[in-house]
Amino acid sequence: MTIAQFLVLSAAMFSIGIYGVLARRNAVLVLLSVELMLAAVNINFVAFGRHMADPIAGGQVFALFVITVAAAEVGIGLAIVLLIFRNRASANIDELDALKW
Amino acid sequence: MDLGLAQNWFFLVIGLLMVVSSLVVVTSRNVMHAALMLVAALGGSAGIFILLGAEFVAAVVVLVYIGAIIVLFLFGVMITRVGVGRSNTLDHPNSWPAAVIAIATFSVLAGSAVAFFGDEKIDRIAAVRTSDIGTSIFDRFVVPFEVVSFVLLAALIGGIVLARKDPES
Repeated sequence: MTIAQFLVLSAAMFSIGIYGVLARRNAVLVLLSVELMLAAVNINFVAFGRHMADPIAGGQVFALFVITVAAAEVGIGLAIVLLIFRNRASANIDELDALKW
Repeated sequence: MDLGLAQNWFFLVIGLLMVVSSLVVVTSRNVMHAALMLVAALGGSAGIFILLGAEFVAAVVVLVYIGAIIVLFLFGVMITRVGVGRSNTLDHPNSWPAAVIAIATFSVLAGSAVAFFGDEKIDRIAAVRTSDIGTSIFDRFVVPFEVVSFVLLAALIGGIVLARKDPES
């Protein structure tokens, strides 16, 4: 196993997540794509932690922190999507133009 | 079979599964299918973690992501009623700029990784034990651990406050 194959896999997942964030209109699907990007970051953390033979396992610990922050982000994000849906009867992010100049 | 060859075959199968299911997540016309394909992508990442000798992180991914976050997503899909059957309004009308940006990002990231690391091997040292991770979290990383637990508490309270019905109205 080389380190580059893990980095290429994670780059592929990260770019697919970027495509999803930019191309999707529905807010729930945008959050799903953000989860893909966070999973790619986790693969990078663990692969580099293994590659550097870190004695304090910093890569794995930071992957756990990323998972925790992702859980918090999904909780708050879905609550916001729920509120938007309740107020506007739509979860499409391009219809939320109240802050547009 | 040689262990390294078996590892590379395992990586190939898991990696193809992850890329294909991620593509379905961002292109599917059905929100339910997208959420369920995210399960396949994250399960593949758990397999990659096992391949890298990070069994504890793999177990946490299965428990937290697949067990909790996907269920939360399914709740969100059902409450906002976007997941009932197929829909053609999930994407922007023209998505080619997003595809251009994604392909450019991939070529920069993957190209620089391959150019810098080449075929540098991951050395086969003994895998990190879970007890080492526990010692590390509560010794070296105890301050970030407390901060992240505070973030979770704030997210919990914030989620309750946001999703609660307004009592005056």
